[in-house]
Amino acid sequence: MPKFKIERAVAPLWTRPLIPLIAIVVTFIITSTLVVMAKANPLEAYYYFLIDPLTGRVSALEVLVKSTPLLLTGAAVTFAFSAGYWNIGVEGQLYAGAIAAAWLGTILGGLPPVLAIPIMLLGGFIAGMLWALVPALMRVKLAIDEVVTTLLLNTVILFFVSYLLNGPWRDPVSGWPQSPEIAASTMLPKLLPRSRLHLGFLIGLFAIFLLWFILSRTTFGLKMRASGLGRDAASFAGVKVGRTILISALISGGIAGVAGVSEVAGIHFHLIDAISPGYGYTGIIIAMLGALHPLGVGVAALFIGLLTTGSQTVSRALGVPAYLGDVVQATLLLVTLGAFVLQNYRLRRVSTSPPPDIEPRMVPGSDSQSGS
Amino acid sequence: MDSGFLVGLIAATFRVATPLLYGTLGELFAERAGILNLGIEGTMFFGAFVGFVVAGWTGSLWIGVLAAIIAGMLAGLLMALLAVHLGVSQHVSGLGITLLLTAISLFGFRLIYGEPRIPPSIDPFEQLTPFAQIPILGPIFQQYALTYIALILVPVVWWILYRSNLGLNIRAVGENPEAADAAGVNVFRIRTLALVIGGGLMAAGGAFLSIAQLGAFTYGIIAGRGWVCIALIIFANWKPVRVLWGALLFGSVFALQLRLQTTGLRLPYETFLALPYIVTIVALAIAGRNAAYPAALLKPYKRE
Repeated sequence: MPKFKIERAVAPLWTRPLIPLIAIVVTFIITSTLVVMAKANPLEAYYYFLIDPLTGRVSALEVLVKSTPLLLTGAAVTFAFSAGYWNIGVEGQLYAGAIAAAWLGTILGGLPPVLAIPIMLLGGFIAGMLWALVPALMRVKLAIDEVVTTLLLNTVILFFVSYLLNGPWRDPVSGWPQSPEIAASTMLPKLLPRSRLHLGFLIGLFAIFLLWFILSRTTFGLKMRASGLGRDAASFAGVKVGRTILISALISGGIAGVAGVSEVAGIHFHLIDAISPGYGYTGIIIAMLGALHPLGVGVAALFIGLLTTGSQTVSRALGVPAYLGDVVQATLLLVTLGAFVLQNYRLRRVSTSPPPDIEPRMVPGSDSQSGS
Repeated sequence: MDSGFLVGLIAATFRVATPLLYGTLGELFAERAGILNLGIEGTMFFGAFVGFVVAGWTGSLWIGVLAAIIAGMLAGLLMALLAVHLGVSQHVSGLGITLLLTAISLFGFRLIYGEPRIPPSIDPFEQLTPFAQIPILGPIFQQYALTYIALILVPVVWWILYRSNLGLNIRAVGENPEAADAAGVNVFRIRTLALVIGGGLMAAGGAFLSIAQLGAFTYGIIAGRGWVCIALIIFANWKPVRVLWGALLFGSVFALQLRLQTTGLRLPYETFLALPYIVTIVALAIAGRNAAYPAALLKPYKRE
């Protein structure tokens, strides 16, 4: 019997981009069981999932439309995570931006778009920042962990939106629980005729560029990554960790707020309570799939946009419930997380017949504690 | 405010508190062992789904509850694989599990029942009526068996955590895993066990909603109750008996809110719904560093 040993080994750099690809293949193998349960052919299903949406103009552009909020929330999450601030509140900060956009959109009608739209974006950025402020201050000033506080605030703002839409902001024209339509001059312009693709997509790409620029071309980015790697080492190196985390958290919240503006002013033109079907949480998936690297995050956002569009196609073509798309995304996240850990280990074949006079248990490092 | 209103409010408080109790006691096991399990929201949802489906198939409500518990234990095992054995960051793996289990439940529900105009339902549990003849006690004690079990679980969990060997080990790996390891405790095994027990409890909370309270499964059945449990743990300062008081307090606020809505009082009911979250954040800010977080919470244990 050949014997194997698990040992720690740093994977060569070129294997890094391979990990997500391996994770995608493993994910599709796992989720095939669900496709089979839905009495469909997995290969056919994955054709509709991954290829078919790219074959037509309408659906290919729809992939970019679906990617738009994801580029922004992915960038927002990456900003915070890179600095070691675990902002789970991007979903809530997105809603804060959406509320600001719905409000500004109804009062800026008199301004030309060149003025109105920048004010909308700035307003959303500030709103997202403000919603991110309290947990960030609690983390920096009181050392209170941000995971729970940012998560709880997501639910609080959903109740606030529900209050606005059922109370003061209920649309007087339709009577639906949605805010009044925003003025035409505050709507984000379409990038192409006969499509829903709007300016928000370019803003999303710009957010990814900004992420790359700050992280790898500025001193602040260096400080962010130092804080992310470890508080003690960073302070020893002279980085003001608290300040760095606070600023990163606020930028993260601001970008999330812009995602809210983009959805209100680019797609819905009203505030509705389902303005985000969890884009903030998907942003976490995207940040992890992209390994917190700007390019990876951009590609991951486009890929999840494809999955979201594709799940509708699979549902229409084969009758497989569209929730398959959500299952694939979540499975992909968990498999990727596991894969990034496992890449630092390798299985090595060890000599099959150890010298008989050595007791195998005495060999140092023979500890095969699972995964540790 | 007549006595009928108050009696109804007290009875409803226990009913609303039941799923919160299961969820929070489940989360307590995980967190005292040093794992923040954000998979709770999805685990409760999955429990509600599995419980409903199995109860419908077998015609036995108790087999449904049992199936939900087993499903929740498997969810705990998955969390253990990621957060304990692979050492993946706890919040991301927990959120991933919530996303996964929510999606699987919705996928399964759509697959089994399609998109029916009338949502499928089962005959839910009957309430127990130990004091049916007595005026005030009658309605207050008219509760589901699962509610009584939840209340009994509070001292049981307290006993396990503070008086049993298992509880000693759970607290040890949650406070100082290195020392526990040096003392011969298998940190990985204890944390896995705590997550599995906790997952079973969380899923029972979800099953209570689908099998007892509603007799149906809806997409909004959990509606953030898992996050309330995360808040409750902090509110209860990681102590089982305080979990009971916290769950009853939160339960009474929700029950009151439902009643005020029907009496036509024009106060935004969202204020009441948001209250537990805001109170928790304020409580955290006040307690600050004094909050009795298990010392090793959120820190993956690696054996060098």
